[in-house]
Amino acid sequence: MVEVYQHYLRAGPPAALLTESDRDEGQRINELIMRCRTPYPDQPPGFDRGTPGIVVTTADTMLNWARRNSVWPVLLGLACCAFEMIAAAASRFDLARFGMEVFRGSPRQADLLIVSGTVTWKMGEALRRIYDQMAEPKWVMAMGSCATCGGPFTNAYNVVNGVNLLMPVDIYVPGCPPRPDALIYGLMQLQKKIEQESLARKRK
Amino acid sequence: MSQQQNELVTEPVILNMGPHHPSTHGVFRMRVALDGETIVDMEPVLGYLHRGIEKLAEAKTYVQVVTLTDRQDYVAAMTNNMAYVMAVEKLSGIKVPERAEYIRVIMAELMRIASHLMAIGFFLNDLGVFQTVIVYCFREREKVLDLFEMASGQRINFSYMRPGGVIQDLPPQFIPQLKQLLAELPGYFDEYEQLINENEIVLARTKELGVLPADKAINASASGPVLRGSGVAFDLRKADPYSAYPRFQFDIPTGTRGDAYDRYLVRVAEMRQSLRILQQAVEQMPTGPHRTRTPWLIRPPAGDAYAHIESPKGVLGVYLVSDTGISPYRYKVRPPSLINLTTLRDLVVGCKLADCIVIFGSIDVNMGEVDR
Repeated sequence: MVEVYQHYLRAGPPAALLTESDRDEGQRINELIMRCRTPYPDQPPGFDRGTPGIVVTTADTMLNWARRNSVWPVLLGLACCAFEMIAAAASRFDLARFGMEVFRGSPRQADLLIVSGTVTWKMGEALRRIYDQMAEPKWVMAMGSCATCGGPFTNAYNVVNGVNLLMPVDIYVPGCPPRPDALIYGLMQLQKKIEQESLARKRK
Repeated sequence: MSQQQNELVTEPVILNMGPHHPSTHGVFRMRVALDGETIVDMEPVLGYLHRGIEKLAEAKTYVQVVTLTDRQDYVAAMTNNMAYVMAVEKLSGIKVPERAEYIRVIMAELMRIASHLMAIGFFLNDLGVFQTVIVYCFREREKVLDLFEMASGQRINFSYMRPGGVIQDLPPQFIPQLKQLLAELPGYFDEYEQLINENEIVLARTKELGVLPADKAINASASGPVLRGSGVAFDLRKADPYSAYPRFQFDIPTGTRGDAYDRYLVRVAEMRQSLRILQQAVEQMPTGPHRTRTPWLIRPPAGDAYAHIESPKGVLGVYLVSDTGISPYRYKVRPPSLINLTTLRDLVVGCKLADCIVIFGSIDVNMGEVDR
């Protein structure tokens, strides 16, 4: 091993390579905290059924049917709730029945961001980036009380008190952590919500 | 020509892995310096799940802190509860009834099985056996969680133990269902061993990988399966027996080489030993009260106490300082995950990038406990 990396070791001690990391991270996090003071409004359910014509309605039905039955979540586990999320995808609860078992490692291939656990401000930066990388149409689910409002850690100095400070949220699932049944119920509610979307109404 | 090749100097590439990476359990982040595909240096970046549990505990009463301990190591919440309540009992001199000690041992050993199942499942997941083993592991884990749910009403964060015992007695159908599970589990473990132990790909990818010599493991004060995989037979249940453990017969499984494969083998063997303990605990289970009566607000005398137990990840210690108030003056955790994680850099330098994930999986780290 040493022989192979002789040239590298000659260049300097290995530690010198990595200590540069994240020197301005604290400043970036402080800016994020200052920026995210007001929560995003919740995504309204349903749409104004008066506006779309017959062509749009037919297209809507088809598009929504396809989108509703293949909501692919991002493979992102933050804390305790992640285990209930995995349990929901595993043998007993089996999310595959809803076409949602395909957890994608890359946010660019995913439709749904399940925020499963406590979001700290340090993680918030990365989480917002994951959200930005997802392609439209995209949905966000706040799973558990931590993602909804901070949960037991509301008073901690470094915990985001509700992920809606960082991104608009479609569905909130209560619980600490919510049972897989609760998560599946939330996903079914999301499916209902997707059904009501229309090309004529722009998502906020 | 060969002289020239040796002189060729390439710049190492710095790659960022995590915090959102499918194989970093939770929100772990590594900055790795790569030469080609080989790791020359690694730096872990922690703090993505730092929730200030130790500080929040100072503003809660002694019983309320139990809910926070659940959320440290959320794969093994029962053992966290146990370490904390043992520290409180030491601090304030609360006696625990015999039955409560047995219930605690049963819960701790079931938790060990559930936690090791997850460790094995994710370890194989990291190897690339995506969703095959983990589905099997979840089948058994759900059965264990059923038992927990029966006793405590929760699936992940139980908050079942209290200073002086446990919050409620076991329901009457608990022991029969536990006996049924104990009869089923050895068959399931055989199934894993049949599936994994002699699998050629698993052997090729985990044997002689991430070798942690015994002296290095001791120097890093590693504990749990990481230490025992290196061949050191150290287990707090034997070395400093607590609760009802002196009454049970069991062995300490150890590895020989200290590689990733040994750590896996030790986990499977430990689950079998847990079954032995459970069997004996069910047979010897005494009757009586499940909890000593304690004041509504516990006010321990001024002083400090340290209690440690063998959690599934290793030695979990809790240090409490009291200033005679209703909440701890200081609550400090010795997290086994964090201390086992300190060995990671030594293990991965010189390996391939894909092996780095396997080694990380074999250490079995829980980020909730690392960052707290």
